[in-house]
Amino acid sequence: MTDFPILSLMLAVPAVAAMGCLAVSASTARMLALAATLVDLVLGIVLWKNFQIGGPQWQFVEHAQLFSGFSWALGIDGIALTLVVLSTFLMPICIGASWEAIEKRVPEYMAAFLFMETLMIGVFSAQDLFLFYILFEAGLIPMYLIIGIWGGAERIYASYKFFLYTLLGSVLMLIAMLWMVNETGTADIPTLMAYNFPRGVQNLLWLAFFASFAVKMPMWPVHTWLPDAHVQAPTAGSVILAGVLLKMGGYGFIRFSLPMFPEASAYFAPLVWGLSMVAVVYTSLVAMVQTDMKKLIAYSSVAHMAIVTIGLFAFNRQGLEGSVVVMLAHGLVSGALFLCVGVIYDRLHTREITRYGGLAINMPRYALFFMFFTMASVGLPATANFVGEFLALGGIYQASSWVALVSGTGIILGAAYMLYLYRRVVFGEQKNADAAAMPDLSAREFALLAPLVIATLWMGIYPESFIAPIRNDIVYLDARLASAKPQGDAQVTAGHPAPAEHAEHHEGAEHAEGSEK
Amino acid sequence: MQSILFIVFLPLIASVIAGLGNKSLGAIPAKVLTTGALFISCALSWPIFISFLGGNAEAAVVPVLKWVQSGNLSFDWELRVDTLTAVMLVVITSVSALVHLYSWGYMSEEPDQPRFFAYLSLFTFAMLMLVTANNLVQMFFGWEGVGLASYLLIGFWFRKPSAGAAAIKAFVVNRVGDLGFMLGIFGVYLVFGTVSIPAILADVGNHAGSTIGFLGYRFDTLTVLAILLFIGAMGKSAQLGLHTWLPDAMEGPTPVSALIHAATMVTAGVFMTCRLSPLFAASPAAMEFVTIVGACTCFFAATIGTTQWDIKRVIAYSTCSQLGYMFFAAGSGAFGAAMFHLFTHAFFKALLFLGAGSVIHAMHHEQDMRYYGALRKKIPLTFYAMMAGTLAITGVGIVDVIGFAGFYSKDSILEAAYGSGTGVGHFAFFAGITAALLTSFYSWRLVFLTFFGKARWSQSEHIQHAVHDDHGHGHDHAHDRHHGHGHDDGTAGYHPHESPLVMLLPLIILSIGAVAAGFVFNHAFVSEGEGEFWKGSLIFSEHLIHAMHGVPMWVKWAPFGVMVTGFLGAIYAYILNPGFPAAFVRVIKPLHTFVYNKWFFDELYNFLFVRPSFALGRLFWKQGDIGIIDRFGPNGAAWVVVQGTGLARRIQSGLLTSYALWMLAGLVAAVSWVLTR
Repeated sequence: MTDFPILSLMLAVPAVAAMGCLAVSASTARMLALAATLVDLVLGIVLWKNFQIGGPQWQFVEHAQLFSGFSWALGIDGIALTLVVLSTFLMPICIGASWEAIEKRVPEYMAAFLFMETLMIGVFSAQDLFLFYILFEAGLIPMYLIIGIWGGAERIYASYKFFLYTLLGSVLMLIAMLWMVNETGTADIPTLMAYNFPRGVQNLLWLAFFASFAVKMPMWPVHTWLPDAHVQAPTAGSVILAGVLLKMGGYGFIRFSLPMFPEASAYFAPLVWGLSMVAVVYTSLVAMVQTDMKKLIAYSSVAHMAIVTIGLFAFNRQGLEGSVVVMLAHGLVSGALFLCVGVIYDRLHTREITRYGGLAINMPRYALFFMFFTMASVGLPATANFVGEFLALGGIYQASSWVALVSGTGIILGAAYMLYLYRRVVFGEQKNADAAAMPDLSAREFALLAPLVIATLWMGIYPESFIAPIRNDIVYLDARLASAKPQGDAQVTAGHPAPAEHAEHHEGAEHAEGSEK
Repeated sequence: MQSILFIVFLPLIASVIAGLGNKSLGAIPAKVLTTGALFISCALSWPIFISFLGGNAEAAVVPVLKWVQSGNLSFDWELRVDTLTAVMLVVITSVSALVHLYSWGYMSEEPDQPRFFAYLSLFTFAMLMLVTANNLVQMFFGWEGVGLASYLLIGFWFRKPSAGAAAIKAFVVNRVGDLGFMLGIFGVYLVFGTVSIPAILADVGNHAGSTIGFLGYRFDTLTVLAILLFIGAMGKSAQLGLHTWLPDAMEGPTPVSALIHAATMVTAGVFMTCRLSPLFAASPAAMEFVTIVGACTCFFAATIGTTQWDIKRVIAYSTCSQLGYMFFAAGSGAFGAAMFHLFTHAFFKALLFLGAGSVIHAMHHEQDMRYYGALRKKIPLTFYAMMAGTLAITGVGIVDVIGFAGFYSKDSILEAAYGSGTGVGHFAFFAGITAALLTSFYSWRLVFLTFFGKARWSQSEHIQHAVHDDHGHGHDHAHDRHHGHGHDDGTAGYHPHESPLVMLLPLIILSIGAVAAGFVFNHAFVSEGEGEFWKGSLIFSEHLIHAMHGVPMWVKWAPFGVMVTGFLGAIYAYILNPGFPAAFVRVIKPLHTFVYNKWFFDELYNFLFVRPSFALGRLFWKQGDIGIIDRFGPNGAAWVVVQGTGLARRIQSGLLTSYALWMLAGLVAAVSWVLTR
């Protein structure tokens, strides 16, 4: 199994299907796209099943020298694995969500989505710096097209903003990559992850990468492309944008910034904390006053992603693992929330919150799903988000109680804006006759949402399935960061227990904590 | 001990089936399923409690499933059963089973019954997970789970705007406390390296006197941890400052108020404090904080209780006040007394709420006591049940002889507060005595306004509707007016009916509890032998027990004195001289306004938090995102590009002379660069 180029196959299936889509009719293109994404999902599950937990760090490695140092190098560790599986899981749902909503240029639309799947899986499995860069940037193009062609009324402005922001950051990253390859003589990511760059250059390189990842994340204050992009994108576009594309920023931090420039990461950690704390409070408050459902959820995404950056820069295992889980959880839950918005948007063609109300009366099943994902987004225990947010915040608490307190307010504000949204849409009397006449979920919509419920609960109740594959990678990363780890602000002093032997035991325990975390 | 799995998970299974089946399942199967599950849970819980009571059971932990393992932070799903859990098990399953049964009658006209019963069972499951938690994170799961169920049940009548608002308020205010709880868990992990409750409690002694940095300052470690965790308890148990959600929660159906907002969920904070009693007891500062918050709450809520007209709100503030008693008992070190009051309070407060529900049911959804009166003869069984509840809550009894449930538990709390001998203990004692006076007054006020005096039903809109519906068919308006005129006895011709048997049965059972629970369980919970009963599941101090017995005679008799005083005051004001309250209110107008408006907490919070949040949100959105970031970011970039292309257009003028000039300039630049490098 290990010799079989399964990753290349996973890239090839949607790419070939995308070409095929362009040549066939609308209905055939739909079937073809669904089939291709389902095949990739099966391959993703095969990948997951065959990934050896506790085995080598990089598995399913493929390497083919192409030209002048550029190579087709693929391979995944546990973190990449979980994100690849997330992508393959969300894709069939996206195709299903576009089944009826997209009426014009269906073959081109399906082709754009399939290309995007190739690029996304490629980004998470690339082991060559330039291959990564090309796939990372190329991912912009199908999304740009999806927003620009199949988007809403303001789609041109939104797609332009999206492109401008993300491209700007990438230019700096490319320059940094060129310098790095020149310095080390290799473009191999695993090698670079263990390379010790000179301390002085690290800061500049870190900033160059940060420019790109902060936009992708998105972090405050370079987040304003996200609400516009989400609002204008078709439902499935929003799902993929929130579900997978936003994860590329966090993945970038995990793959590049933290392991390659540990000292610079520690040096800039207060900057990241500061921006993240602002993001949590600021975007949560902005979310509260939105009148457009998609914008509200988009702003909430910025707040949730801030928890990811906070956890990553906590420099301990809880923070790092929590961040990965938040990324996966947010991929499921915010994707599901965009689907929920899409369900009623398809019926009434408006995202204005005030146009709805009392949906619990005519759409009880929908109300149940929406309630579930609202609560998941709020981070109720036993849903995926809780596990991630709890670990990430618990991680940052060990570094700074201030950051934990301020970013912890996200759980209060998050409850406020999500429940306020839910109340206005689902509770109350039916104010509008057209909203009151909307039918409940169709079988297709039910089939799209139900797997997301199961996955969210699974990740919340038994997250071990998802944490086990990433555990060793986090250990490597934590070890890489150990030398740069900043001191926490807690500095607990030893107590004065009655028998003296206990004090020694306790100090020993603390020492063990320090090395293990 | 495997029966604990059934006790906990049967309600969940029933809830899921009833909830997902909903209307396709039908009301009757959903009700049979959920109620049946709860009665089985209840039947399985009592033997566990009795075996702990008899002293022949040991604490046990039943593992269920691995949950999270991250570095050396790990916590699993597991069910812990010890004495403390056993007490909570019988409280939760008994009250829940009775409330399920009661709801058959109370909710019988509701079209959405499966949903209601599914929520009730879901709540019970979450509460059971909370009390069986063996680690802090599972406790937090239960904590949030009951919060979810409470949110859903408060908002059960989702068409009412006030219900939706109350539901959000309950959830969000609780979340403020939850943030404290969460930070407390993080702190505990940081200090102890584990979140397992037994491991923490065993290690507490090693951290006495240590200090921790928190928010830039250094504090005593255990104090910080205990107070952070206690902030969580303050939210869930509606203590002063985080109490504002509880009165609004009365928007939910009355059986919900009885189960969640009186007997079980709101006592979760007390349970948590007792569960972690060694941690709290190790920090004198935290104990003082708990005592002061509890004492202030018990006094503050009692004052408001004396002024409210809505029967449910009176009982809600009464609950808030009684929770204050439990906390200052815990803060005084009398954790056993706190749990005892939790136990007795669960029965008599659930009884009072269900009794109030029966009154409301009889009075066609009227909740304002100004429109009650003279109901004693109309709904006699409800009256007797409410009497039992009132006798229990006001603590009727004779020292060292016998009394109703609240007599034992409240007196032991007051004795413990006094007996603790500290300054805050004495403060709590006097606050508690004052609150006991007010409790007696407002409880009897409720009884007198509702069951005695003349009928005042005719002014009630609900009653008018009911009468109109009954008699209005085929009658014209003139006849209706004539009809009303015919009853100047204040009844408007309305005939309240006693509730059906399914509602009365729970009232009868709970009445027995309200009468006898104190007498029967007094010895186990708060006597010299309590150590044998608690078996280390909470801290109990033999020393404090002795101090309680050694308090002066006036301390022992003071609760009795204020109870009688309150009773006599209520008789005077509401039976003998009904004009007195209005006249008295005129005299103390400003004070009454202040208390009647609940000390203006809602207005204050609106001014401090709610409105600024929305204003800031709008400011950040319009001025921050659009006004600054977009203006100077992408739109600025676009502006630069547009200007730049405009410039380029002007340069490409098509004039040969102009091109020649640019060429010359370029040539000069190039030459000078080559020459100077």
